[in-house]
Amino acid sequence: MAKEIRLMKGNEAVAEGAIRCGCDGYFGYPITPQSEILEYLTVQNPYPKTGMVVLQAESETASINMVYGGAACAKKVMTSSSSPGISLMQEGLSYIAGAELPALCVNVVRGGPGLGTIQPSQADYFQTVKGGGHGDYKLITLAPASVQEMYDFVGLGFDLAFKYRNPVMILSDGLIGQVMEKVEIDDYTPRWTDEYIAEKFPWAMIGKPASRGHNIVTSLELDSAKQEQVNLRLQAKYKVCEENEVRYETFQVEDADILLVAYGSSARISQKVIELCRAQGLKVGLLRPITLWPFPTKAINEISKHVKGILTVEMSAGQMVEDVRLAVGCAVPVKHYGRFGGIIPTPTEIVEAIKTF
Amino acid sequence: MTREEIIKPENLVYRRTPVLTDNVMHYCPGCGHGTVHRLIAEVIEEMGIQDKTIGVAPVGCSVLAYNYFDVDFVEAAHGRAPAVATAIKRLHQNHFVFTYQGDGDLAAIGTGETIHACNRGENIVIIFVNNGIYGMTGGQMAPTTLPNMKTSTSPYGRDVEVMGPPLKITELVAQLPGTYYVTRQAVYTPALVRKAKKAIRQAFENQKLNKGVSFVEIVSNCNSGWKLTPVKSNEWLEENMLPFYPLGDIKVPAKEV
Repeated sequence: MAKEIRLMKGNEAVAEGAIRCGCDGYFGYPITPQSEILEYLTVQNPYPKTGMVVLQAESETASINMVYGGAACAKKVMTSSSSPGISLMQEGLSYIAGAELPALCVNVVRGGPGLGTIQPSQADYFQTVKGGGHGDYKLITLAPASVQEMYDFVGLGFDLAFKYRNPVMILSDGLIGQVMEKVEIDDYTPRWTDEYIAEKFPWAMIGKPASRGHNIVTSLELDSAKQEQVNLRLQAKYKVCEENEVRYETFQVEDADILLVAYGSSARISQKVIELCRAQGLKVGLLRPITLWPFPTKAINEISKHVKGILTVEMSAGQMVEDVRLAVGCAVPVKHYGRFGGIIPTPTEIVEAIKTF
Repeated sequence: MTREEIIKPENLVYRRTPVLTDNVMHYCPGCGHGTVHRLIAEVIEEMGIQDKTIGVAPVGCSVLAYNYFDVDFVEAAHGRAPAVATAIKRLHQNHFVFTYQGDGDLAAIGTGETIHACNRGENIVIIFVNNGIYGMTGGQMAPTTLPNMKTSTSPYGRDVEVMGPPLKITELVAQLPGTYYVTRQAVYTPALVRKAKKAIRQAFENQKLNKGVSFVEIVSNCNSGWKLTPVKSNEWLEENMLPFYPLGDIKVPAKEV
C-alpha cells in the first residue's frame, strides 16, 4: 500500500515521527526555532491514542533530567531544543552518557554565541561531536538534510540509542526545522509493553521483583580504578560504534576535481552548487556526512586520493573542517567556506570559493 | 534458658527490614540519615510495595542511598531529582516513586525543580533531610544554615545582611496547590522516630490517591559538619534548629465530607 504523504515543517515531522515510532515520552521547553515540535505534540495530544506522555518542563535543565528519568526506565524518551537550550542540557547529556542510557535529543541549531539569533546555523558542531558536557563521552549524531530525514531519524535515533545504550543527537538547523517539504508517513508502531522492556532491558527501572537484585542507574564510581574501567568500557563501545554506524552519501564524486564536504542545509545548498559548477565545466562532487559522530573519516580519506582540493561548506566559522583535515592529512588543500550568525550562504558565493583552488 | 529457647519467632521484638541491603552505610556515626533510610525501608516493606517502588537519589551525603535500599534506584544530578522522578512517575503511574534529598540539593541548586514538581502536583513523595549544612563537601553554608551559624564558608557566622536568611522551602512548597501533604519531622529521639515513620507512611499511602506531592522534611543533625559530638549535636538541633524549623504538619489533606 502506498504510504501516506503530507506536507510538513521539519519540526512537525520530528513530532509526527515521535508519535508514530512508539515514543513513550517527550519533555521540552519552548525556544525558537523549534517550538513547533512541542506545539505540534500538544495539539496532537497523543496520550489517549498511543500512551505517549508530552510534558512542557520548567526549563531545558528539567527537560533533559526528565529524559534521564524516563531513559532509566528504558522508555523511548526524547527532548528537543535550540542552541542556548542545548547548552543548558549538557550536564544532563553527560549524565545520560555516563549512566549508559538510551535517549534522543534534537537540536534545531540557531546562530550564536550567547542569545545570538533565531536564524539557522551549524555552529554547534563542536559542542555536539566533541562533547559539550564534562568527561570523555560521545553522542551518536545524525544530521538530517531534509524534512523526510527529520521524520526518519527519530525512529533511527531511538534504534541506535537502544542498540548502544547511548544518547543520540539529531543535529538539525533552523532551516531544516522551518522549511516545508513532503514527507512519507509510516503506520503507528506500538509502544513497548512493560513486559517487553523487563525482558529486553534487564537493567531498567521497573520495580525490583523478588527474582533479582535491585537495579541501580548511576554514573558515579568513587573508586578510580573502577571508574577507569567504566571509561575503558565506554571507549570500547564507541569503537564498535565507529566501525559500524558511519553513514554518508556522495554525489558525483567519481570524476570530481574538487570535493565539497557539507552536512544538513549546507549539503542541500551544495547540491545546487554542483549543478552550477558542472554547467561551467568545473568537476565538483559532494560528500554529505549523515552521521557527524561517528564521522566518515575513511570515506573522505579515500576520496581525497583522487581530488585536487576539498572545500567544507558550513554555517559556522569552520568546525567540521577540522575533522576533514584530520581525515585527509596534508594530501590535498582543505579549505573552509562559512557564513555565520544566521546567514545562509548562496550557491553563487560557494561557486566563487571553489574557484579559489 | 538456652539460646534456642530464646531465638523463637514469638520472642522477636525487632528485626532489620530486608528492604535495606547488607551494605555498610558510609554515614558518620550519629548522623540521622541511617534512621531515615530505615524508616522508609520499613514503610516499603510494611506496605508490600518493594516491587513497585523506584527511588531517586540526590547529590550530597546521601548520594549513595541507592546502595542501601533494596529497590530500583536512579542517581540524579545535583538538584534534579524531582524532574527525574516526574518522568518516572508519569511513565510508571502505578508505581511508588520517591526522591531522597538534602537541603543543598533540594533548596539551593534544585529549587526550580522542587517548586515546579510541587506546583505541577506530581504524584510523588519527596523526603527532604535538612541539616542546615553541606555535609559531603565538608561543611559549607547551605540555604538552610541558621543566622550566625558557623560553617566553612561562613566562618564568622551566617551574615543575613549579606546572604539573606535561611530559606524555609517547606513552608514555601506548602503554599502551592500541587502539594497534598507537607510535614516537618525529626528523628533524634525514639518518640520522634515513631512520629516520623507515621508521616512517611502517610506520604507513601497518599501516592495511591493521585492528589499531588507529599513532602516530608526531616530536621536532622550533622555532628561532623557542626563539629559536635552526636549527643551534643542533637541538643544543638533541639535548641537552635527547632525554633526556626518547628516540627509538625504544615499542610494536611482536607477531610473528605
